[in-house]
Amino acid sequence: MQGTGRALLIGLGVVAAGVLLASLRVNPYLYFAGYVILQYIVIATAWNILGGYAGYVNFGTPAFFALGAYTAVFLIQSIRAPLPVLIVAGGLVSALLGLAIGYLTLRLRGVFFSIATLALSIVLQTMIINWEYVGGSRGLSVIRPSSPPFGNYVTFLFTVMVLLAVIAVTAARFIERSWVGRGLAALRDNEEAAECMGVPTLRLKLFATTVSGFLLGVAGAPFPYYVTFVEPNSAFNLDYAVNALAMPMIGGTTSWIGPVIGAVLLGSAQQLATVTISSEMNLFIVGIVLVAFVVLAPEGILGLVRRLRSR
Amino acid sequence: MRQPWLRSVVRVGLSGALSAVVLLASADSFVAQAADPIKIGFGMALTGGLSANGKPALLAIQIWKDDINKKGGLLGRPVDLVYYDDQTNPATVPGIYSKLLDVDKVNLIISGYGTNLIAPLLPIAMERKLTLIGMFGLANNEKYQYPNYFQIQPAGPDPQVSTAIGFFELAAKQNPKPQTVAMVGADAEYPQNALVGARELVKKFGFKTVYDKTYPPNTVDYTPIVRAIKATNADIVFVASYPPDSVGMLRAAHEVGLQPKIFGGGMVGLMFTTVMTSLGPALNGVVNYDFWAPEPVFLAMPGIKEFLKEYQARAEKAGVDPLGYYLPPYSYALMQVLGQAVEGTKGLDQQKIADYIRANEFSTIVGKIKFGKNGEWAAGRTLMVQYQKIQGTSIEQFRGPGKKVVLWPDEFKSGTIIYPYASALK
Amino acid sequence: MFAWDLLANAIVAGLLLGGVYAAVSLGVSVIFGLLDIANIAQPAFLILGAYAAYVMNTAFGLDPILSGLLFTPVFYLVGAGVYRVYYGSFERRGEESLRGLVFFFGILFIIEVSLSLKFGVDYRLVQSAYVGKSIEVGGIGIAYRLLVPCLIGLAMTLALYLFLARTFYGRAIMAVSQDRVALRLMGANPVKIKTVAFGIGIAAASLAGALLITITPVIPSTDRDYIGRMFAITVLGGMGSIGGTLVAAIILGIAESLMSTFFGPSWAQAVSFGVLLAALAIRPAGLFGR
Repeated sequence: MQGTGRALLIGLGVVAAGVLLASLRVNPYLYFAGYVILQYIVIATAWNILGGYAGYVNFGTPAFFALGAYTAVFLIQSIRAPLPVLIVAGGLVSALLGLAIGYLTLRLRGVFFSIATLALSIVLQTMIINWEYVGGSRGLSVIRPSSPPFGNYVTFLFTVMVLLAVIAVTAARFIERSWVGRGLAALRDNEEAAECMGVPTLRLKLFATTVSGFLLGVAGAPFPYYVTFVEPNSAFNLDYAVNALAMPMIGGTTSWIGPVIGAVLLGSAQQLATVTISSEMNLFIVGIVLVAFVVLAPEGILGLVRRLRSR
Repeated sequence: MRQPWLRSVVRVGLSGALSAVVLLASADSFVAQAADPIKIGFGMALTGGLSANGKPALLAIQIWKDDINKKGGLLGRPVDLVYYDDQTNPATVPGIYSKLLDVDKVNLIISGYGTNLIAPLLPIAMERKLTLIGMFGLANNEKYQYPNYFQIQPAGPDPQVSTAIGFFELAAKQNPKPQTVAMVGADAEYPQNALVGARELVKKFGFKTVYDKTYPPNTVDYTPIVRAIKATNADIVFVASYPPDSVGMLRAAHEVGLQPKIFGGGMVGLMFTTVMTSLGPALNGVVNYDFWAPEPVFLAMPGIKEFLKEYQARAEKAGVDPLGYYLPPYSYALMQVLGQAVEGTKGLDQQKIADYIRANEFSTIVGKIKFGKNGEWAAGRTLMVQYQKIQGTSIEQFRGPGKKVVLWPDEFKSGTIIYPYASALK
Repeated sequence: MFAWDLLANAIVAGLLLGGVYAAVSLGVSVIFGLLDIANIAQPAFLILGAYAAYVMNTAFGLDPILSGLLFTPVFYLVGAGVYRVYYGSFERRGEESLRGLVFFFGILFIIEVSLSLKFGVDYRLVQSAYVGKSIEVGGIGIAYRLLVPCLIGLAMTLALYLFLARTFYGRAIMAVSQDRVALRLMGANPVKIKTVAFGIGIAAASLAGALLITITPVIPSTDRDYIGRMFAITVLGGMGSIGGTLVAAIILGIAESLMSTFFGPSWAQAVSFGVLLAALAIRPAGLFGR
């Protein structure tokens, strides 16, 4: 794995660029829009570890994301924990959720896992709605800490998200190239055959759901400080489910680069659309593009480029 | 990377996206500075759960803009509106207002519609020292106590109690005085607040609670709930619900034959035109909160008749509530307050505008408005109305006075209560 | 003192609701239970059927159940079309799992957003002769609004059961789910059989949608409430068993109704999910599964 050293350097370079951008204090809008796009890079990458590498479709992304956000809310309300603690805690709790759902359903067929994740969001949302301490159905206002680095809390969150995105992508790349990734690819192609070859399929699947859950929770943990008002409907928004699916599918699921491409393209397009055309049309277009890609270009943009190049 | 072609894909993609965002960020320098208009920016729920009220609110604001520009604008400059759809999603608010303030460079901001959309905006306003007028939010400023926040919503200084107080006061006045109360509400922000207020009032008036439960907003069948309430034989039934549950609850009540002595309270949605025309006579007898009614006292206020005429003419084409008897007059009044403050301070200084708003009483199409603690109205003005003598489902009967009679408070009273509830059903 | 009449009412309401839930789940029972296609877009077709009934009701005053029946052939063709695309793009290439699921999710999403764009997010309901009335039988109130759709739901279940057991196509559908090769040897085209089955599944969903909008108002995102219910009922009942679907639907209906009445409605939604997880953990084959 000689590429690892170089990859780490590139990663550090990206983080440094993010910090530089933050300290330059360019137009603040950049940080707001950039935060959302980077958040989607993490979400798409996290989804792809389970969906693209292992072939198990998770429709319940909002549940994991929101769980990370609400873990953060709980810790902010109770002990006013600092941001790094929030992030790690949010990740761990969502990882546990991934492990639990995986354990309950992954011994059966993959389709039951997907169906379970479909219903998961609604059930989790009901539980949060009934939990008054984190605001319940009314929602909760969260006050950002004072005197943040870079002068503005959102600018700070922007750099944090750059760091998280780099970590997520590096982790995905690492998994992809390790024996874990090869095992996941084997079980994606034919689970029975992989099992016969001695691949520990159940353990690998549980690993994938746990890591995927962890990263989704990590993406959700800074959300309360970004939005300052957390309520169940927006934390569990269907947008997260669709985008988590569409971004890797459009970018390409077989490599760590696919989700990044998808997140950057689709995320930027959506940010632009929010401040231009009607937003519901924009969701409609995402759906159409998703179906078009799944039917016509199942390997996403990466696949298209590969095909073009090989001509 | 082992595949160099991937590197180029990544480069192109990233630079493309980055340039798009940077372009957006610098867009305002490309805009020609024409007649130097005053720009008022806001997010509004044009899609999503609250769009049924957000879209009429936008129409009312646009009517205000046209009216004010006909009179020469503000401070002699034309007024421009810059708005984006917040999709009823609080997560979009920080981005939208950053775009408005940092890219579009608006001079003034107002909020979107609803408590949830005002909540993430308040810290932004505080951070940038902006004056903010909120549209129909409940108790947004209680946590922050920001002095430059003002609220257009008649709830008044005690928002939690304001919805229910008229209801319980009317009940307590009846002879013989009813004894028992059943209360139920949706698992959501406004109903929970209303129920807290209701519990306080039950204690104050000496009633006895025999049922106090909540339900999730996507309940399919309200019959079990209504049956359980009927089984308690409560004299008073107080419901705090959002539009779909209000409809479901009322229909279930008719089906099961629930007939307490007084029924209603905090059911949002009954005043929406589409709901009124689909429920029709099923509404008769319900005593409910409201903010505006086409009764003589309200129709006499300066400018309201012209506004309603203009609104109703444009409403059908805009695909919004055709009568506009709920939020639109208040949205228009919000803009009137802002406009009068700008003219009154002869400038756009945020602090001066805030001080002016705090210190003065404003004359608007919904009457005189004065602000008090935390930016709420100094005197609450939630009404208690009763639906009476509705026949059939035509919209015309709701256009004028008589079908939605104001019972409380006394200064706006336009009719008498039909009590008990069952008599109104005949 | 235990509230017997409350209990009795809750059980009866649950039974009636169960009949409707059975109608709602029939499509999934066929498409997922027999054809083994995880069509998660099914709830979207349910809501689409509900809106079709709504449009007919407001424009022509047509009884919703009548419009549901009238629209059945239309939705059958839609279902057949969707299956053809699915088959051509995925099944034939043997790549069903990931992409097929995402495909259906995309369809679900597109239908929901299109309905939002066209009709907005206001709740839509229908007016009909029997909505709002109820009869009393021995101290228990039975709403016509629940009774009529329940009876239609039971009729649908019976019709489907007979179709699968007695007709050629029906038996072919049962056969294709068990042994595709043998079916081919008997001269029937499995793709054609599956197209028919899928079409029937979608048609059933749309008719169930008309029933749904009779009992309750509907908005485009109502479909998400039924994803859990449909699959929970199909799994609990046993994949491929129509009778099992009916029994499971009634069990779920009663469980939700009891939850609603005695513990407060907050947790009724979680019932279907709990049932699903429990069924998967304890007996994935379901009550009557093969």
